Amino acid sequence: MRLDLFSGERWVVPAIVFLLLAISPPFLSSFLLTLLTQALIYAILAMSLDIILGYTGLASLGHAAYLGLGAYSVGILTTRYAVGFSVALAAGVLMAVVVAAIFGLVALRATGVYFLMITLALGMVVWGLAHRWVTMTQGDNGISAISRPDLGLPWSLALSIPFYYFALAGFLVSFWILRAIVRSPFGQTLVGIRESESRMRTLGYHVWLHKYIGFVIAGGFGGFAGVLWAYYNGFVSPVDLQLATSVEVLLMVALGGRGTLLGPALGAGIIVFLKNLVSVYTHRWLLILGAVYIATIVYAPEGLLGAVRQWAQRARSNPSRSEA
Amino acid sequence: MEFWITQAFNGISYGALLFLLAGGLSLIFGMMRIVNMTHGSYYLLGGYVGLTVIGRTKSFPLAILLGALAIAVIGIGEWNAFLKRLSGQELGQVLTTMGFALIFQDLALITWGGDPYTIPVPAMLSGAYTIGQLYFPVYRFFIVAVAGAVAVILWLVLERTRVGAMMRATVDDPEMARGVGINVYRISMIVFALGAFLAAVAGVVAGGFVGVYPGADFEILPYAFVVVIVGGMGSLKGALIGSLLVGLLDNFGKALFPELSYFTLFAPMAAILAVWPTGLYGRT
Repeated sequence: MRLDLFSGERWVVPAIVFLLLAISPPFLSSFLLTLLTQALIYAILAMSLDIILGYTGLASLGHAAYLGLGAYSVGILTTRYAVGFSVALAAGVLMAVVVAAIFGLVALRATGVYFLMITLALGMVVWGLAHRWVTMTQGDNGISAISRPDLGLPWSLALSIPFYYFALAGFLVSFWILRAIVRSPFGQTLVGIRESESRMRTLGYHVWLHKYIGFVIAGGFGGFAGVLWAYYNGFVSPVDLQLATSVEVLLMVALGGRGTLLGPALGAGIIVFLKNLVSVYTHRWLLILGAVYIATIVYAPEGLLGAVRQWAQRARSNPSRSEA
Repeated sequence: MEFWITQAFNGISYGALLFLLAGGLSLIFGMMRIVNMTHGSYYLLGGYVGLTVIGRTKSFPLAILLGALAIAVIGIGEWNAFLKRLSGQELGQVLTTMGFALIFQDLALITWGGDPYTIPVPAMLSGAYTIGQLYFPVYRFFIVAVAGAVAVILWLVLERTRVGAMMRATVDDPEMARGVGINVYRISMIVFALGAFLAAVAGVVAGGFVGVYPGADFEILPYAFVVVIVGGMGSLKGALIGSLLVGLLDNFGKALFPELSYFTLFAPMAAILAVWPTGLYGRT
């Protein structure tokens, strides 16, 4: 049995984190609040990627495509057809789900390096459309002036604090659903596939179907993150779904800790803050970001949560070390 | 008709450039299964070093040689310090090499600034042949010739020399290769250096053709990957056919369907992979 850091009071750490997130806005500058909002949205994207990366063991190099699909759906529908929030939300998520359902058929024929490369090519398909299909996407100029949704609430989401709570709600909903998924028999089966595909197959599980559903779920939540991103930023461009973004999401998951949900969320927060805060002080933030990539793999190959877990494991096993 | 001939010529010469870039990458993939996001940086840095060398020496061949050697040394360093420890860990490889790619990108920006440059080509390679209405730049023939020469040399090395046989053995079955006494580490290092060397050659050659500019690294990287996966990792023949296919699809896509140009490149690639997940000449 793998030892869990949060076993016993599994809910305590998340509860404290969410409480802090809920009460923090009045204490933060508007800049920091903006970053926190951004971190919450990227956290959804990173958690969704972790369904296939951490839980199923398939590293995808094209996950930013789903962010892009959600974001472009919102951008195009709201600026051209002035659709409301619910339609834009449904369209964005549906778009990502449909594309993931198609891409999954292609990508899941492969594993390992081949899976990485196929997802890269598929991600480039979507990026290429965003970049070149100017009549639809306005190319490199991107789609701007996407206005924040009107939910009929007394608070305007154009303001940063209400939008923060809006993003927080989106994050919490995603977190609870994803948590239910990974704890369900379905989620446990994904973990089993990660650990030993052949054994799960021998046990009679439909391995491909489980992976496929996981892949589509990941795409759908990626699309949801994209919907929020478009509303948050008011702007979508091909940069949002380029290869470097896909790799950055991988970094978020790896940095926080694969195979957990809070890990990727933590990783997303760290990277978003790091990128934005470091670039305030120095133009050389790419050097620092590059160093973070390398340091993550050298010093925390299992991510920060993984490192904490190992530390806790060592602390617990210490008393019985005499027999070794 | 003229349109088709011109575009086909452009596609083939671009494919030749891609072969220079991806031939070595394919061997690296095939042998070490290393996903190297730094490969585009080797291309860009090679171009920049070549640019500096040509500024000092006015010698185009020297620019290619020194640019490629400098990058091969960088490649060996990166492989030795980090990548050789990460075999079998795709995620670790992607993230480590991405880290290097970002660092190289920034170092290049510090050193050479943000302006685009074109590497001046020798007089004998500039100009064009004209046949009737058709216009064929000499430099593009040169690229095809370089790629052809590299392809022949690589083929001879792989098929006709002892080192080549060791390389093929390592691609086919690293464990058995190690078992029969092949120094897999040294062979891997040689192949990695070779890949970096060729990427830098491509960078210098491309410098006289599309130029050297910030962002060229990540622009070309997906092309190199697509060539390798479509051709099949570790297969020289696959890399050659993949390069031509990607070069032609890219050119005709951009000329015929400008709005869908990347789609017409990457979607057929994905379709090929859907049928042959390990590429046209790849082995599982």
